[in-house]
Amino acid sequence: MTATVKMNSLQAVNAALTEAMEQDPKVLVLGEDVGDREGGGVTGATAGLSTRFGDQRVRTTPISEQAIIGAAIGAALGGYKPVAEIMLMNFTTVAMDMIFNHAAKLRFMSGGQSQVPITIRTLTGAGWQTAGQHADHLEGWFAHTAGIKVVAPSNPADYKGLLLSCIQDPDPCIFIESAGSLFTPAEVPINQGPIPIGKARIVQEGTDVTLVSWSSQAVRCQMALPALTEAGISVELIDLRTVSPWDKQTVLESAAKTGRVVIAHEAMRSFGPGAEIAATVNEELFGQLKAPVRRLGAPYSPVPFSKPLENAFLVSPDKVVATVKALMG
Amino acid sequence: MAELSNAPAPSPETLVDIYRRMIRIERNDDAIRKTIRLGRLQMPYYSARGQEVIPSTLSSLLTNDDKICTIYRGIHDMVAKDMPLRPLWAEIAGRVDGTCKGKGGPMHLTHPETGVMVTTGVVGSSMPIANGLAWAALLDGTKQVTIAYFGDGASNIGAFHESLNLASLWKLPVLFVCQNNGFAEHTRYENCTSVDFISKRAAGYGMPGFTVDGNDPWAMYAAASTAIARAREGEGPTLLECKTFRFLGHVFGDDDKYMTKEEKAAAIAKDPLPAFRARLIEEGLATEEQLAKLQADIEAEVADAMEFGLASPFPSVDELRRDVFAEEIAA
Repeated sequence: MTATVKMNSLQAVNAALTEAMEQDPKVLVLGEDVGDREGGGVTGATAGLSTRFGDQRVRTTPISEQAIIGAAIGAALGGYKPVAEIMLMNFTTVAMDMIFNHAAKLRFMSGGQSQVPITIRTLTGAGWQTAGQHADHLEGWFAHTAGIKVVAPSNPADYKGLLLSCIQDPDPCIFIESAGSLFTPAEVPINQGPIPIGKARIVQEGTDVTLVSWSSQAVRCQMALPALTEAGISVELIDLRTVSPWDKQTVLESAAKTGRVVIAHEAMRSFGPGAEIAATVNEELFGQLKAPVRRLGAPYSPVPFSKPLENAFLVSPDKVVATVKALMG
Repeated sequence: MAELSNAPAPSPETLVDIYRRMIRIERNDDAIRKTIRLGRLQMPYYSARGQEVIPSTLSSLLTNDDKICTIYRGIHDMVAKDMPLRPLWAEIAGRVDGTCKGKGGPMHLTHPETGVMVTTGVVGSSMPIANGLAWAALLDGTKQVTIAYFGDGASNIGAFHESLNLASLWKLPVLFVCQNNGFAEHTRYENCTSVDFISKRAAGYGMPGFTVDGNDPWAMYAAASTAIARAREGEGPTLLECKTFRFLGHVFGDDDKYMTKEEKAAAIAKDPLPAFRARLIEEGLATEEQLAKLQADIEAEVADAMEFGLASPFPSVDELRRDVFAEEIAA
């Protein structure tokens, strides 16, 4: 048995950052409030780092998202591996020119001369009544950008292992820390190393329906499993873990086996990543499907404040159960 | 400008070197425009004719270890930085021997060997990235400086303000060099900028700011050497506003409807290139034969680079799968 330690996902992030900085002097951390003088970050994810590694490697920045990502890109071009924190995913909008036009494209536009091995950690997720500008799941935007990897873990071990991989990856990565998956502790192997980007995890094997999800929505899908088992439906739950590049092979193999696919994500359903996955499944497996591919996601609406609205906005475990049951007829 | 009065004067060799860079920019610009007109080159072109003094003077004080981040109107900055012309021409022609294998083109030329780190097509975006390169130099403990080139229009975009604040706060070894040519695309300076001198904005970020005649190599040298020395000594960033004029409008083919013929003619009459050449000879700093030879050598270099670039093959379409990530994307 591998020795484990119980931690939540924020603690896993802190552990990954600490380990990465310890192992590689080129790893830097920058962002708003990240230093210990400022409390080690608004969630405490970077607590202890500036004390341990010094305030030159762990730099608190002004509230200047373009300057943060620009500094990360430049330092990366200068040979470093910066981990930039954009406090909330909605605030990446302020830095989109740096992320979309520069970080993602410099390698290609320079014919491979420039590399931008930055990691952008960013927090999001509905369920905390933070309303329309603090909770969007924007992974689809970034997945629609060539040159950036989009990682969205759901549990502490994956948070640690995938963050370690993002930091060492030679390309820019967006690492999504979603509220619905941050605070539940779980056992993490004490020697949890890097987990490959682009590889899904089969949470539960099954034969009737393939359920594809990631990030906080994977947690809610997992919560739906007991009711589905009780209803006699054998669900194969795939936690994609990386939205781009996504693990087509695992999804298609599972879909070929079950013939039924439901994709669930917290992001808005319209033009969401689920559409890409559904389209791929249809293109590859049309004749083998027993039912149309179904997508679950947020309604076409900004994230609301009022609790009943927010509850309706999220894809609850009950909605997952109802959708899978309906698909089975 | 009091702080600039103690700046060293350029040596005769430096002045000739500045002139060499200027004539290399001008001859290269001339060849690009001729080649576009002949239909042998298809590219969006933002000529910097008239702005040669600024990067030529700055580059005379830099080494290949010093970095620049420039913009779509920045080929003069790269040529001044001694980027080799063969891969430059192959790149602007979209060919495989280009600095970027033809994948970036004229607005994204990159050549780390000569310190040309990023060329952006987005107004203002050279600045946040230059800060990061300067931060890396600071962490490395080198004396390397980074220059962010941009135009007057870029001083009104958020990236300028975020970058100056951060650079000053972190005392980064960076120069913010504004090539103020009087127009933001088609809009006249005073119709889009709230202050009469961009250099005044430096005070708001706690850094020195100077407005200099960007067409005067002596004035430019004083400002550039002061700002570079300050950066190398760890004293932090400087904002240089270098006043100049672009002779050929915003983009190749521009009809210049937004300015009068007289204004343009007056600016061209003050072309810094022939004026500087005449002064070098007048003051005995260079001979007519020396400068003629310099020009002939550069013309030969440009002609060779053009032929090389246009003869280079186009990249394979497989390049669409390469350099998106470090690892090639499967076909």
